[in-house]
Parts: sequence; C-alpha cells; structure tokens
Amino acid sequence: MKNTLKAFLALVVVISTFAFTTVSPGYDVGDIATDFKLENIDGKMVSMADYKDAKGFIVIFTCNTCPYAVAYEDRVEALNKKFADKGYPVIAIMPNNTDVKPGDNMESMQARAKAKGFTFPYLMDKGQKIYPQYGATKTPHVYVLENTKKGPQVKYIGAIDDNYQDANAVNKTYVEDAVNALLDGKEVPETKTRAIGCSIKV
Amino acid sequence: MKYLFIILATTFFFYGNGMSTVKISEDTTIESVKRPLKVYNYNELEAYLKTKDDNKTYVINFWATWCAPCVKELPYFEALNANYSNKNVEVILVSLDFPKQIESKLVPFLAKKGLQSEVVVLDDVDSNTWIPKVNKDWSGAIPATVIYNKDKSKFYERSFDYKALETEVKQFLK
Repeated sequence: MKNTLKAFLALVVVISTFAFTTVSPGYDVGDIATDFKLENIDGKMVSMADYKDAKGFIVIFTCNTCPYAVAYEDRVEALNKKFADKGYPVIAIMPNNTDVKPGDNMESMQARAKAKGFTFPYLMDKGQKIYPQYGATKTPHVYVLENTKKGPQVKYIGAIDDNYQDANAVNKTYVEDAVNALLDGKEVPETKTRAIGCSIKV
Repeated sequence: MKYLFIILATTFFFYGNGMSTVKISEDTTIESVKRPLKVYNYNELEAYLKTKDDNKTYVINFWATWCAPCVKELPYFEALNANYSNKNVEVILVSLDFPKQIESKLVPFLAKKGLQSEVVVLDDVDSNTWIPKVNKDWSGAIPATVIYNKDKSKFYERSFDYKALETEVKQFLK
C-alpha cells in the first residue's frame, strides 16, 4: 500500500488529533488499570480486589460469538490452569452489547462456560463501561496486569499467541512469556502485540 | 443448491504454503464466482497490489463471512465499486476467513451474494507482523478499510454506510 511520506505525516497529524481529542485511547503499558465489579456467570459479583493473594491478573476481553475468541477458548482455560495457582488468574470479560449479539447474553455465556468447563470467572461488562477504559477494541484482547502498590499495572497488551489457527503450530506464546517474566521478576519480553479479532459490538 | 456446493467443494483446491488459486471446474456455470479465488500470505498480497494500475484509487476492505458488521457493509462496497468504476475506483475485498472455512463458508457465501468486487483471501497467521504494515494504528479489529492512490493513503478501523464511504472516496478523486 503506497504511502508517500507527506500523506503519511498528514495521517499521523490527523490520527493524533483524533486520539487526543475525541477518542479514549485506553491503557498503555505502564498505566494503572481500573478495578471493576462485574457479574459472573454464577450470579456473583467479581472484582480484582477479591483476590487477596494474586500477584496480578490475565484479563481477557472475549465472547462466545467471535470465531477468533472461540479458537482460543481452550488456550484461555490452559492459561488459567497454568497460572492461577502461581498468582496470575484469568479473568474473562464479555464486552459486547447483547442486544446486538444475543449469542453473548448471560444464558449463552453460562452455557458456553459449562460446555467448555471454564474454571475462570466469565464476567459480563454490563453497560459496557469497563472495556473502553481499558481500550479494548476486539475479542480476544488480553491485558496482563501486575499488582503494585499503586494498583494493577498494565504489563502486556495484545494477543494470546501468534497462531490463532493452530495451537500446535504456535511459535510465540506472548501471554505465557509475559506472565513467566513477571513471575521471574524480569521485564516482559514483548509488551504489545496485535492480532485480528472481532470488533466489540456497541 | 446443495449439489452446487458439493461440486464446488470437490473441484476446488486451496492454498499450500504459498500462493495458489481455486480452480472452478469447466462444467459448472457459476456466474457470480467469476475468477479463481486467490489465497495470499501478506507479502504476496502486498506484491499483488503493487501490480495494480497506478492511476486508480483502491478501496481495500478487510472482512470475513463470520464478521457481522463486515457482512452488513459489503453492499456499500459493492455499490461503490459499481458506481465509481468509471472514475477509476476499484474495490478489493480481502477475506480473513479461516482457511478451513474457505470451501464450507466463503465460496458458498460469494456464490450466494454474487459479489462483483474482487475478493482475495489473506491467510497469514503472523498477524503481529503484518497488521502494523497495513497501518500502525490498526488494533486488528475488523471491519477495517484502507483507501489509497498514488498520492495518499488513509486507514479506517470502523464500519461504513454508503454515504460515509462515498464521502471518503471523493476525497481521493480530483
């Protein structure tokens, strides 16, 4: 896609103007993430503050109806099994407007979680107040947070790994690598990645 | 109709590691699927787009059959392609359908909708590498669209209706 430098610079100006005036850009790496109080599939309300022993969290905006999110369901469950006991539980949040996507309503979330045997909370972002604060744009969209004195600090934003099609052909396990680095007290090797996903339905 | 899909499914061959084409058997008469469906990785897609006419304005829409807002806006891209073809505008629909669903979903979808714009498939799992090449600000959500000609390029991570799309394209035409 051919870009002249001039057009590119003009675009940068346009985008920066928009980014800082009209659109909430959400969190960047290093920002302190907001806690939430959202309804889980078991009817209970869940907040990060409920986890007294957590070292951090793997917050994943995901849903039932996006094929990319579905492709990652088992891998999300595996992340929770691997890291919950080590202090980094998965918290999944469903950000879509369920009027637009009835397949993501609470009953459907409950059914999906039961069918797949999810061991992590699967929360409804009722009123869609949380995902814009994080700056999530799609499902799945991951935020790895580390608990600090200031609050849960964003350490990684992006994809779960580098192959949505085939879990066995993954070369880079971005989220695992990030959490392992944090557990080892090291810098996260890759703090931001991108992947195709379904736009969050408003 | 079912029979047709079976013929399609059994007569098409898809993608290996690189570029390949879907061949439509001679004895099926499907007017809507006019050309072989190209399946590219990102580098091949980029190379393919470079072979295009320098004097045209291109509207590249990233979509998939499973993406409801993408499917919703397809008619507007089709209308744009039809209404502006005489003004040197060409729409290319880049499908991000999963490779295993090309036969089962994408090809039947194209046949059913009778899309006239060119459709190519982008099959490249290393999205962390190629998404920023399309545009540095693209989060990866679809639908997404790039409009460009030899003078300028603009990226949109959003849905369009016809009017909004036409307004944008007009900015590229003098």
